[in-house]
Amino acid sequence: MATHEFAAQESHAHAAPQGFVRKWVFSLDHKVIGLQYYFLALAAVFVGMFLSLLMRIHLIWPTLPLPLLGDIKPETYLTLVTMHGTIMVFFVLTTAPQGGFGNYFLPIQIGAPDMAFPVLNMLSFWTTLLGFIVMIAAFFVAGGAPLHGWTGYAPLSAMQSTGPGEGLGADLWIISIAIFCIGALMGALNFITTTLDMRAKGMTMMRLPLTVWAWFVTAILGLLAFGVLLSAGILLLMDRNLGTSFFVPLVTINGQLTGHKGGSPLLWQHLFWFFGHPEVYIAILPAMGMCSQLLSVFSRKPIFGYKAMVYAILGIGFLGFMVWGHHMFMSGMSPYTAFAFSIMTMGIGVPSAIKTFNWLGTLMRGRIRFTSPMLFAIGFVSLFVSGGISGPFLAQPVLDIQLHDTYFVPAHFHLIMGVASIFGIFAATYYWFPKMFGRMMNESMARWHFWFSFIGTYAIFMPMHYLGMAGMPRRYSQLTEVTYLHGLIPLQKFITYAAFVTIAGQLIFLVNLFWSMFKGKQASDNPWEATTLEWTTATPPPHDNFGGHTPVVHNGPYEYNVPGAPRDYVMQSDPEIGPAH
Amino acid sequence: MADSAVHDIQSVYEPSLFGTYSKKIGMWLFLLSDSLTFGALLYAYSYGRISTEGWPTPFHSESIVNATIMTAFLLTSSLTMVLAVRASVHGDAKGQRLWLLATMLCGTGFIVLHGREWSNLIAEGLTLPMFPKVPGREAASEFVNVSKTVPQFGATFFGLTGMHMLHVTLGVIYLGVVALRRKFIPILLVLWLVAWLATPAYSPFHYGAHVLLIGAIVCSIILWLKPKLYDSSDVEVAGLYWHFVDLVWMFIFPLVYLMSAKIL
Repeated sequence: MATHEFAAQESHAHAAPQGFVRKWVFSLDHKVIGLQYYFLALAAVFVGMFLSLLMRIHLIWPTLPLPLLGDIKPETYLTLVTMHGTIMVFFVLTTAPQGGFGNYFLPIQIGAPDMAFPVLNMLSFWTTLLGFIVMIAAFFVAGGAPLHGWTGYAPLSAMQSTGPGEGLGADLWIISIAIFCIGALMGALNFITTTLDMRAKGMTMMRLPLTVWAWFVTAILGLLAFGVLLSAGILLLMDRNLGTSFFVPLVTINGQLTGHKGGSPLLWQHLFWFFGHPEVYIAILPAMGMCSQLLSVFSRKPIFGYKAMVYAILGIGFLGFMVWGHHMFMSGMSPYTAFAFSIMTMGIGVPSAIKTFNWLGTLMRGRIRFTSPMLFAIGFVSLFVSGGISGPFLAQPVLDIQLHDTYFVPAHFHLIMGVASIFGIFAATYYWFPKMFGRMMNESMARWHFWFSFIGTYAIFMPMHYLGMAGMPRRYSQLTEVTYLHGLIPLQKFITYAAFVTIAGQLIFLVNLFWSMFKGKQASDNPWEATTLEWTTATPPPHDNFGGHTPVVHNGPYEYNVPGAPRDYVMQSDPEIGPAH
Repeated sequence: MADSAVHDIQSVYEPSLFGTYSKKIGMWLFLLSDSLTFGALLYAYSYGRISTEGWPTPFHSESIVNATIMTAFLLTSSLTMVLAVRASVHGDAKGQRLWLLATMLCGTGFIVLHGREWSNLIAEGLTLPMFPKVPGREAASEFVNVSKTVPQFGATFFGLTGMHMLHVTLGVIYLGVVALRRKFIPILLVLWLVAWLATPAYSPFHYGAHVLLIGAIVCSIILWLKPKLYDSSDVEVAGLYWHFVDLVWMFIFPLVYLMSAKIL
């Protein structure tokens, strides 16, 4: 008994791998797995972006045949909507910030040689990849990809005969998401255990960088949310393939009884949104963490209100589980229930505002270095506020009934959860690229990329608010023939043109990424003069991260501009600077 | 693990927040997540039960007695699991293996009884629309009526107990790997062949048996990736999982069986 009780933290180290396959393909190294996740997300984001491009083209030129797809029928348009949403939410926003950067930098930032369970880590990546392959396969089966939206609302999603994509394509969609859930669960429990168990000496919980806090809380959300989606997916598969009726009431299709009866579509909505709302925070929390990190580094100031930031992350995570009903105001829920969900939802505004003001407080009177990661971090704050403002509108049942299913909703969530999170990913890419690849990214290309993305994003999504308020419904393929929406066609055209330009801007990023990997300027070990542990080690980090020793931590993560220190920053592993700070 | 290595690790890391080893924390986290998965299923069941008027209570005494024996098997298996953990802590390798095998035996007994129960109910007419018809059985019992009037009954029954049965099956495989390591793989393959060939094509277990094949493949991969020796901590962690599966049954048994017994 005694032996293993004291072996609390068994040695997680494993020998450096030999050979290409064990080193780069079936790797147990968290850094390689992080890169694998990152490039998976990169492939996925371009697929998702291509789908959105097709949608935008179709919206203003509805009769134009599209490449690969030919004439766009209404159901094809719904397929585009569905696959764009699903791929972006699961394989980009969940995969890149958490699986990619979290995997790479969480162990290094806490001073660990690897994740707590390297084999599980590898399995979680390969599971996710399998999920992606199954998802893409849905395009190529008879009937094509499903058309039930990323939310998969029943009964549309719960029967084989409701539409052309609802046969094998929808089955693959559900199976892919179930596989993704299993991969995400393995990843989440690995992240949590690593954070709890493998912090280097001196790295107390209150000395963790805010990035680590964000990944940690995100992992907790994932652990609790994906299990529920897994159940919902299993029940949906049963409805589709075993003839059960969990989500299907007595309905007819084309006048024919379906044989289903007694189920409730609302049950699906409850189960889905119990996962779906925390998923929003799974996408945005890591970006918040990265943003906090970068604002402090490039303002050369300690983060404003570290403890408040930590409690705000925890508060957002907790409240995230209490508000799923605000997606269901239109479902006929009791006004009292709606009121409770509404109050809870607006309550999330409090920790969100704490974070925003702390970011502004960090910037205030800082000696700001406008590097490309900093630009994207500031852009993140801007998008977070712009997208966040429309949150309280939608959180009120009275307004939501008006705005529900109009372009106002996509405008809101694209700004705050979609593009804001993407800006977090961009900021993190520019920031950590030197550590990951040993070279700097090209700064002028990065700036061009920033201005294209920043202005383009606003040009695309700000007008969508007006479309929504004017009553333009979302998800419809062809609205050019509707008389009362004629006046809005110029605005739709503007959005599409803005999308062309913004997407072209993303190619700059792609070129910069691969060009810099091979031709970029050599990076030093700590090019940004930052304080956290990843900047104390070699570039790129050796297999066990710190070359055979484990760092000892003496300081908090944001010791910039310290009075009396020889430089304007004190690294976490530097000698202690005293309790006064 | 050598004591000096342990000592080194102790001195370079912060103490774990829960004062225990990583694998145990990992398993607790998995159980937390899995309880949400079962929670969602139980929620779906409760939702269906409450929103359906005239929820039937068709389980006759035969089913209840059978389910009670199954419960006894599971409870006994938790006892043998505790004994296996105790043997492993005392370094009693033989006792550990013996008690693990006893636990697996109880688990297998549970699965076999449960499978028999499913087959009987399906033959009597409690079935899902896509389950193949059982040839030669003219089902005209109350269950046929239940399947027609309240399809939710069969759906939730098979969904919940099926998910639980899957967990017990995976638990038996898990314990088998801990107890016998590599030697368990061929045994698992034989079990798969027997289960596959011995069940008729119309039985849901004919295809369900492939879980064993998939389990054998996954176990082979994991053993190939991590060919390590298992120590007492592995037994303890496996025990956590086993007790959890047992605990879940303590919710399913009253909710699904007892609340739908005929005497009510």
